[in-house]
Amino acid sequence: MTPTDYEAIARDAGLERVGARPPLGQYLAEMWHRRAFATSLAKFRVQAQVSENRLGLAWIVLRPLLNAALYGTVFGIILPRDTRPDDVAFVPFVVVGVFIFEFFSKSFSDGAKSITGNASLVRSLNFPRMLLPLAQIIQQVIELVPMLLILAVIVLGFGAPLTWWWLLVIPAMVLMAMFNFGIALLAARVTVHLRDLTQVIPLITRLFFYASGIFFSLEEVLADQPAWMQKVAELNPVHAYITIVRDIMLGGHNAPGWMWAVAAIAGVVTMAVGIVFFWRAEERYGHD
Amino acid sequence: MTDQLGNPTVVVDDLHIKYKTFTSGKKASQNRALLTRQRGIRVVHALKGVSFVAREGESIGVIGHNGSGKSTLMRAISGLIAPAQGQVFASSRPALLGVNAALIPSLSGEKNVILGGLALGLTPQQIEAKYPEIVDFADLDEFIDLPMKSYSSGMSSRLRFSIAVSREHQILLVDEALAVGDKGFRQKSEARIRAMREQAGTVFLVSHSMKSILDTCNRVLWIDHGNLKMDGDPEEVVKAYQASK
Repeated sequence: MTPTDYEAIARDAGLERVGARPPLGQYLAEMWHRRAFATSLAKFRVQAQVSENRLGLAWIVLRPLLNAALYGTVFGIILPRDTRPDDVAFVPFVVVGVFIFEFFSKSFSDGAKSITGNASLVRSLNFPRMLLPLAQIIQQVIELVPMLLILAVIVLGFGAPLTWWWLLVIPAMVLMAMFNFGIALLAARVTVHLRDLTQVIPLITRLFFYASGIFFSLEEVLADQPAWMQKVAELNPVHAYITIVRDIMLGGHNAPGWMWAVAAIAGVVTMAVGIVFFWRAEERYGHD
Repeated sequence: MTDQLGNPTVVVDDLHIKYKTFTSGKKASQNRALLTRQRGIRVVHALKGVSFVAREGESIGVIGHNGSGKSTLMRAISGLIAPAQGQVFASSRPALLGVNAALIPSLSGEKNVILGGLALGLTPQQIEAKYPEIVDFADLDEFIDLPMKSYSSGMSSRLRFSIAVSREHQILLVDEALAVGDKGFRQKSEARIRAMREQAGTVFLVSHSMKSILDTCNRVLWIDHGNLKMDGDPEEVVKAYQASK
């Protein structure tokens, strides 16, 4: 019996290798074609979450609000007054910080679980896997909207003026969503290879929490330190997004123009790196 | 093999699949210290060089003992597991329908129909048009707005089958998904599989029910300990398989 050349049969019949990773352009086109999957998944998840808890939708806002109250109280007592910004009220300052940080930390931790946490979906259906982290980010964006509304109410309640400049929050959040998407993609792939990452994520999140100046002004605290330290701290994109939103809504004018550059570059670069990094392992998801 | 050869739709070329698992490699014992490292990597060689060509209009039964590698073969053909060695070629992306293919348990049947359809590549308009047909085929009208985790295994497998066949597939892999359905549903789904085969599609059917294999298939593969032991006419292969038990 002569060995059959199966590859030749496949080639002659014009068959394609199953599971082969399509080129990036084609992959993204396929994702675009199935974008409704990501948006529906995000929408349904929010609805499910709402119906599971008795207070439903309120928790989306209540949780960061309670967080802000806790951190505000604790650190308001512990930290000396000179760590606070001089020109804005402390409460809206903390609330903006906690709310915007919540957008980052949830994207990071839930994004990391987007492949491993949907194993049965990944194992039973073929679709571009990037739709799962994307759905996660869409879900965070949906939840961000009521948070921003409550934020606006609080900030206005503390006497900040409502101006047309507030519209700039939208591009700032778009850039932050891009940054978060990139982070979610990186975390999602690394978690597939190395489950241990889920153990470290809360730690990394906490590190970012303290490094981003949520309840103190980074500029005030580092004022006595060498100038390069402040520069490094300000290059942290999460800090840039928070500072920009504070600047727009509270009128503290702490965000120099270059911070927008940090926000934009971090958003675009992180997303691009994340997409390529995630796509390169497309064939490996759901195999363990 | 078959008399009239159709165009090849699936070519499996010397397929090897290995699973890496973490195991202790030793017998579990009560008095082992808690802190000793118990993990070792053990490689399970699930498929050891399987090759065959499937053609248009074939409905292929896959039989074998538990753990022989049938489900692994199905998952490899659908591209859900990467081969350790060898390749799988197909004319279009094969759709796998398995028992453990739960969608999202916390969501209602209705939302799972929509998500499943979208993941299969249907547009929202197409799903809206096909929705009554899908629910009707699954016979779940009164339960469709309950979360899927409240479904019985038969109900959820009926729903999954209906979602999967809502789209025309050239290649459909059915992994014991029909075993849990009741008699009426089994007949309905077997009729659907035969209809798909007649539309020049290729269907793979994993089952332990020799009756449904003989009723629906015109070719049978017998997988034994990761090897393709026999490939041919259903009557012959089933007879040999039953004799081996």
